[in-house]
Amino acid sequence: MSAERRLKAERIRHLLETERDAIRENTTHMNRQRYDAIERFERYEASREAARAIKEDAIERLPELIDRVRESVEANGGTVYVAEDAADANRYITEVTAEKGAETLVKSKSMTSEELEVNEALETAGVDVYETDLGEFVIQVAGEAPSHLVGPSLHKSTAAIAELFNAHFEPDEPLETAEELTNFARDYLLEYIVEADVGMTGANFVLADSGTVVLVTNEGNARKSAVTPDTHVAVAGVEKILPSIDDLAPFTELIGRAATGQEFPQYLTMLSPPVDSPPLDFESDVPLSEAEGDRDFHLVLVDNGRMEMREDPQLRETLYCIRCGACANTCANFQHVGGHAFGGETYTGGIATGWEAGVHGLDSAAEFNDLCTGCSRCVNACPVKIDIPWINTVVRDRINRGEDAELDWLVEGLTPDAEPGGMDLGKRFFGNFGTVARLGSATAPLSNWVANAGPARALAERVLGIDRRRDLPRFERQTLRAWFDARGGAAVPAGDADREAVLYADPYTDHVQVDRGKAAVRVLEALGVHVRIPEVPESGRAPLSQGMVATAGERASEVYRSLVEHVDAGRDVVVIEPSDLAMFRQEYEKFLPEASFERLGEASYEVMEYVYGLLGEGADAGELADGRGEAVAYHSHCQQRTLGLDAYTEAVLDDLGFDVVTSSVECCGMAGSFGYKSEYYELSMDVGGDLQSEFAAHPDREIVASGTSCIEQLDALFDDGTRHPVELLDPGR
Amino acid sequence: MTAQPRTEFEASLQRQGSSWTRTTTEGFADAVADAVVEPAVATDLSEWGLDFGDAPVTVDPTPAELLEATTGVAGVTTGIASYGTLAIPSDAKGTEPVSLYPERHVAVVRESDVVADVQAGLDRVAEEFDAEPGSVVFATGASSTGDMGALVSGVHGPKQVHVVVVEDR
Repeated sequence: MSAERRLKAERIRHLLETERDAIRENTTHMNRQRYDAIERFERYEASREAARAIKEDAIERLPELIDRVRESVEANGGTVYVAEDAADANRYITEVTAEKGAETLVKSKSMTSEELEVNEALETAGVDVYETDLGEFVIQVAGEAPSHLVGPSLHKSTAAIAELFNAHFEPDEPLETAEELTNFARDYLLEYIVEADVGMTGANFVLADSGTVVLVTNEGNARKSAVTPDTHVAVAGVEKILPSIDDLAPFTELIGRAATGQEFPQYLTMLSPPVDSPPLDFESDVPLSEAEGDRDFHLVLVDNGRMEMREDPQLRETLYCIRCGACANTCANFQHVGGHAFGGETYTGGIATGWEAGVHGLDSAAEFNDLCTGCSRCVNACPVKIDIPWINTVVRDRINRGEDAELDWLVEGLTPDAEPGGMDLGKRFFGNFGTVARLGSATAPLSNWVANAGPARALAERVLGIDRRRDLPRFERQTLRAWFDARGGAAVPAGDADREAVLYADPYTDHVQVDRGKAAVRVLEALGVHVRIPEVPESGRAPLSQGMVATAGERASEVYRSLVEHVDAGRDVVVIEPSDLAMFRQEYEKFLPEASFERLGEASYEVMEYVYGLLGEGADAGELADGRGEAVAYHSHCQQRTLGLDAYTEAVLDDLGFDVVTSSVECCGMAGSFGYKSEYYELSMDVGGDLQSEFAAHPDREIVASGTSCIEQLDALFDDGTRHPVELLDPGR
Repeated sequence: MTAQPRTEFEASLQRQGSSWTRTTTEGFADAVADAVVEPAVATDLSEWGLDFGDAPVTVDPTPAELLEATTGVAGVTTGIASYGTLAIPSDAKGTEPVSLYPERHVAVVRESDVVADVQAGLDRVAEEFDAEPGSVVFATGASSTGDMGALVSGVHGPKQVHVVVVEDR
């Protein structure tokens, strides 16, 4: 293993040991709450559509809206400063505190202020800063960075916080429970809130027409920080601006649900400062209504790369992010390592790649970008419909293109791609899996012996980063297409068939998991379908997952060219591998003309979805194998779930008399090539542990799974082999 | 509170763990007396025609009295039925700090100010903002945090919320 990979593996191992348990409990809890809350919220899709449209419009009109905010805030009696970068913002803020002669500043939670590292700037200027959000307070006492957008101290258990507080504050009675810790922190911070000279908050939204800062909190600390001292400084990225209060409603109902599964935030604060509320001087004996004192308000709008992100067609939608953290909570890798691995200088989780690339640069994004496996579970979770996996892919592509060239010759012959020299060789190897598989079958079984032999595994680990603890795919000497030709092609002639289908022989089905391909052919034919298996290139999924966008685009065009005449001839395209179907139905939108994308997408079906449709049209289920109550445990594929296709497999198995339980985990942890990579092997197995413990509760059930990688992972976790569900239906089984 | 909710607003209050009493202008002082835990402070509600009478509350407290109080009684300008949300104005008489600092918030709402949903609540705020941008907090239930590893009620804001619904206002 290279030194770099070993360091990364060690860092991940350390986090699995120290932070995994707390992160996993907290994120999976919030994730479950989110699912429940969204299921009860009928307007979810309509609200997402509305929120997305409002953000698109606001970012489009951003320069004009910034001017409008300035006018409104100034009309209210406040000041607006647009800061070019972090240093500029910090200079302005420290000048404001110096002018006030401020000694103490209390802060509510703000990721933008973390991005600025304003606390350090203020401390250097001699101002004591107190974080009043309890999660931020814990982090401040511990001297750590936030591990989550919403829950900065999510990686710490109650016991760990108690240990920290008892050592740091030495209370008379040692603190133990969450309630004791909360009460202690509240009382401790209250002393600083009442004496503070300046209150600083972030802003979840800024309303241009009225100059209003909108804050979403549960603790009440932002309310106290904003209205207790007479000076209020609000810090917000320029992207937080919405045109007016009329645009606010969908966000108020989405943000709490997406973040923690709350139907509505505890406190939705709308301040158009300076506020009328009396400043609180706790030494004064004047009643509140007669309190005097001038309030002062400064809104610091931070650019720091955002206006450039706005001009970048790929990073632009990052600016729609409302920082709810749902993409982190729904991410299997995040659930296991948290934001201290899955995050950059400031931001954490799936969307962090966009933020870090835009705000801190590619180097920061490169630190953790690989942890996005493209499983797409965050796509439906995002309340503003950001295509987060796509942003991760694009940034990966940019990182690939930025690396220095070395050892290229080793994979050059294997890699007919459109990528530049110099990108990570392991990525290039996996990105060209179609070619690797073709060579593997052509030389099997020799290729399998060589590949698994010690010296080859050592070389593969050193050069390509393929962990030697993983079993490599075993290439079959006879490919699916060769088998099909050898049996004389289609068993159901076109003239006798109700439908004609093209079975897409992806590289795995064609070269490795050939049995599932054979089963699919027999199942379709049993249902009266004329089947063809033409030669079609790899879908582009493999290069795309490595960030090889140009290569994936070329594959998309080639696949389309190979399939379009079949589509025109009225043939259906049947796909076994869910990640390839997801290419046809989702990612090809980025690569093909709209009409082509729609034509192929509409003609394509996941194999069990297709069987479901055939049975629905009256095909005779009696031609398929009868389940006879056979007990199976089914693991659907992550991208299949995102497309809502897992239900078809369950329904078909159920109809045919199988007794099915389905896994609830977000992802098996393998995720294509991810689990092969030596630096991520242990994380991959740790994530797989969730699936393992779910299915271990059903020892008498046969395990079936839809995805190639899921099958490989399950084969590593359980002794009995895992099959594709279509193999259960195979009349020839 | 054992009363059964009679309205969607009350059902929402029950769901979030808040309590409520219904009263009239005439019974207002008694309702407040029953609802507060002393020491209690309040903001003046005479502009709504509501008088605290003999209720044990300090109306228009000093900041020090506010800090010592266990209960803060203050009027809210809108109630939102769907979530049991209360609109707390950031006004010059101190409705915001009186609703925020004490452990128990007794919120007074005129029943005619209860609207159906968030959109209707925001529309009322939007109308005010059209005249002059102001400040308001939509508060839903007690303050809470999960940051110490388990859900705890009563952090920087109140631990308990009790709503006095004035039926004839």
